[in-house]
Amino acid sequence: MSTTNKPIKSGGRPGRSLAILTLVLIAMTSLVFIQGATSIRLGLDLRGGTSVTLQPRIAPGEEGKITSESIDQAVSIIRQRVNSLGVAESEVAAQGSGTNRQIVISVPGDTGRRVVELVGQTAELRFRQVLASASGIPTTADAAATPAVGVSADVNIKFAALDCTKAENRQGTGTDLPTDVIVVCDRAGATKYILAPAEVLGRQISKASAGLDTQGGSAWYVSLTFNDEGTSAFGALTNRVTSLPEPTNQVAIVLDGLVVSSPRITEAIPSGNAQITGSFTQLEAQDLANVLKYGALPLAFDRGEVQQVSPTLGADQLNAGLLAGALGLGLVMIYSLLYYRGLGLVTVGSLSVAGGLIYLLFLLLGKWIGFTLTLAGIAGAIVAIGVTADSFIIYFERIRDEMREGRSLRTAVETGWTRARRTILVADFVSLIAATLLYFFAVGGVRGFAFTLGLTTLIDLVVVFVFTKPLVTVLSRVAFFNSGHPLSGFSSKSLGTIVAKEA
Amino acid sequence: MSKMSGLGGRLYRGETAVDFIGKRRRWYSVSALFILASIAALSLQGLHLGIEFKGGSSFTVNKATATIEQARNAVEATGVPGELIVQKIGNDKVRVQTGALDTVQNNAVQDALAAKFAVSVESIDTQIIGPSWGKEITRKAIYGLIGFLIVVMLYLAMAFEPKMAIAAIAAVVHDVFITVGIYALVGFDVTPATIIGFLTILGYSLYDTVVVFDKVRENTRTITSTSTKTYSQAVNHAVNQTLVRSANTSLIALLPVGSILFVGAGLLGAGTLKDLSLALFIGLAVGTYSSIFIAPPVLAQLREKEPAMQALAKRVQARSGGSVAATVVSTDAINGRGPRNQPKRKGRK
Repeated sequence: MSTTNKPIKSGGRPGRSLAILTLVLIAMTSLVFIQGATSIRLGLDLRGGTSVTLQPRIAPGEEGKITSESIDQAVSIIRQRVNSLGVAESEVAAQGSGTNRQIVISVPGDTGRRVVELVGQTAELRFRQVLASASGIPTTADAAATPAVGVSADVNIKFAALDCTKAENRQGTGTDLPTDVIVVCDRAGATKYILAPAEVLGRQISKASAGLDTQGGSAWYVSLTFNDEGTSAFGALTNRVTSLPEPTNQVAIVLDGLVVSSPRITEAIPSGNAQITGSFTQLEAQDLANVLKYGALPLAFDRGEVQQVSPTLGADQLNAGLLAGALGLGLVMIYSLLYYRGLGLVTVGSLSVAGGLIYLLFLLLGKWIGFTLTLAGIAGAIVAIGVTADSFIIYFERIRDEMREGRSLRTAVETGWTRARRTILVADFVSLIAATLLYFFAVGGVRGFAFTLGLTTLIDLVVVFVFTKPLVTVLSRVAFFNSGHPLSGFSSKSLGTIVAKEA
Repeated sequence: MSKMSGLGGRLYRGETAVDFIGKRRRWYSVSALFILASIAALSLQGLHLGIEFKGGSSFTVNKATATIEQARNAVEATGVPGELIVQKIGNDKVRVQTGALDTVQNNAVQDALAAKFAVSVESIDTQIIGPSWGKEITRKAIYGLIGFLIVVMLYLAMAFEPKMAIAAIAAVVHDVFITVGIYALVGFDVTPATIIGFLTILGYSLYDTVVVFDKVRENTRTITSTSTKTYSQAVNHAVNQTLVRSANTSLIALLPVGSILFVGAGLLGAGTLKDLSLALFIGLAVGTYSSIFIAPPVLAQLREKEPAMQALAKRVQARSGGSVAATVVSTDAINGRGPRNQPKRKGRK
C-alpha cells in the first residue's frame, strides 16, 4: 500500500467537541423538563387499544374520486365520530399518497368493538321509504307472487331469495344507487326490506343528537334537524307516507347498503325537526345520532386491518421489547470489552451517549411531532445498536491496521480516522437510504421501524463524530493506552505485531 | 479472543490468507445450490403466508387454563365458515385464526371465546385483516424493494465504481433469494414484520459489502501502475484484511437481533418481535456470507474483463514465473487480447 505520510493533524480539539456534546445533552434535558415531555408516548401495541386502517373502495373508473380533499374530508368526519367516544389521545390520520391512501384510526383503551363499528360506517347516509319488509330468511315462492306497490317482479324475486342470515349479505356494499329501488338487510340480519329510491340524503341533515325523554319514563331518543333542502324533502316524504299502511309508512335510514333504523312516521314533519324514538339504549341512541350527524363520507372505505390489543398484551410487549433491548445492549458491551479490552470502554461510553440522545429525542419528538414508540420502533432501535457498534468497530480495526503498518497509536488514531470516517459515512448512508425508502413505501407498523432505524443511524453519525473520535484522541494521549498495556486493546499481542512506541 | 486479534494481524499482512477469489467456483456452486433449493422450495411448497396477506381474523385469549380443544369447540359452535387454526402460544395463551369474517361474525367469535373462558371481550387480542389488505402490503413491499435497489445502485456507482454497485446488488439479490428460500423450506410464517426484516436485511447486507469494497478500492487505487498483484489478488487481500472486521461487525449486529429473537420467541411466543428478528437473523447470516464469498469474486470477475486489468495480470504472471495463485483471467483472454495491450507494459519495472 502506498501511503504518503502527510503531516498529521493534532486531532482537532477533542475537548471542545466533548464540551459541545455535553452542552447539547444538558440543553435537551432542560427542554424535556421545560416542555413537560417526561414520558415517551407509547403506541397502542404497547399500552392496549384499537387501531383500524381504512382503505378507500375504488369502483372501476372512479379512481379520480380519491383526492387529497376527499381524504381530508373523510378524516375530519371520522375524527368527529371518534372524538364523540370521548377517549383522550385518539388519533385519525391519513397515510400514503395518490390513489393509494389509507386512513388510520387509533383509539387507546378498551373501546374496541364500538370504534370498529363506528368508523366502519363510511358510505353516504340515505333516507328511503320502505316498500316491503319481512324477516331475514328466504321467503317461500307464494309470498313472492304478490309484489308490493311500486315493486317490479324482478326486485320481488330478489327480495324473496335474500338470506340475511348469510354474512356476505350483511357486508354492506355501499354501491347502491340513490335512484334505484333496492333490496337490503338490516344490520343484525333479522329483517330484510325493499326500499324506494332515496329522497333525503345524509348531507341534508344539519344536526343530530341523542337525548333522554324524562317525561315518558326514561326512553332514549334521537333528534334530528334538517337544512332547508332537507326540510322540504323530508316534509314531502313524511307527508306522503304517514297515512299509508304498514310497512310503507316507515322510512329506512340506510348507511353503507344496510338499514340502520326504520322508524315509523307517525305524522307529517314539515318543520325540519324530527325525533326518532324506540327502545334505544343510551349507546344505541348516541351511535345512531353519530351516524346521522357524521354519516356522509365522500368515499366508501374497506376495513383493511383492525387490531385490538388488550392492555395486558401491551404491557407484555413493552416489557419484552425493553428486555430484548437491555439484553442486546448488554451483550454488545460485554463482547466489546472482551475483544477490545480498554477500547471497549469507548464502545460502552459511546453506546450510552447514543442511548441517552435517542431517549431524549423520543421524549421531545413525542411532544413536537406526536412521535409514538411502537413495538416495531423498539425493534428498530435495538437493531440500530448493532449498526452503531459497527461504526466503532470499523474505526477501531482501522486504528489497529494503521498500527500494524508501524504507526504509533497517536498517529494511527488520526490516519485511521480519516479512512474509517469515509467507510462509516458510506455505510451509514446506505442504511439511511434503506430507512427512508422503508418509511415512504411502508404501511403502519413498518413506518415506526423505519423511523427509529433512520433516527438512530443519524444519532450514530453524530456520536461517532463528536464523541467516539474525540474520546479516542484523548485516550491515545494516556499512557495506559499508548504504552500498549495488555488490557488496553493495543498491546502488541492483541495486534499481532510490534507496536511502535510513541516517540 | 486475543488469538483472533493475532489472526487479524497475520491476515492484514497477508501471512495467512484464505483464497476467496481463486476458489470462487466453489463459493458460487454453494450459492447456486442454495438458490436452486430455494427455487425448488418456493415452487413446491410456496411461502407460508400469515393472515395479513390472505385476509382473516386472529383472536388470542390470555388464560393459562385454556386448551386448544375448548377454544376450537367454542369457535366452531358459532358456525363461522372456513378452516380454523388453533394454537397454544407460550404457556398461557391460545390463538384462534379464522378466514375472512365480517363484523358480526368477528363479534360472535369474540363473544363465544369470552363466554367460554370467562374473560372480558376487551381482553381478547384481536386482529382482523380485510381480504384486499395483503395485496396492498405486498405491492408496497415490492415497490420498496425495487426503489431501494435502484437508489442504492446509483449511490454506490457514484460513491464507488459502477461495477462495485453491480457486484453489491448481485450479492443483495442473492441474499433475498436464499432468505426467502429458507422461509419456504422451513415453513416459517411470513407476516408484515417478516417483510420489514427482509427489507432491513438489504441495508445490512450492503453495509457489510460496503466495508469490504471500501478496502478494495483503497488497495486497488494505484494498482495499474504497479505489477505486484493482479486485481483479483488485490481484492482477495482486501477481503482477508477486512475479515476480522466483517466477523466482528456481523457478530455485533447479530447479538441484539439474537436478543430480540430470544425474547420474542421465548417470552412472547409469537408476534412482531419474533417474525422481525427471525428474518433479520437469517438474512444477516446470509448477508455476511455474500459480502465475503459472493460480492468480491463477482467484482473481481467484472473488473478482470477490462483490458487494463488483463494487462496487469499478464505482467504479474510474467514476473512471478507463471505461478499466480488467485488470478481469474483465463489464458484465452490473455492470448487473445494481450498484443493490443502491449504499450501498457511500460509500467513494468
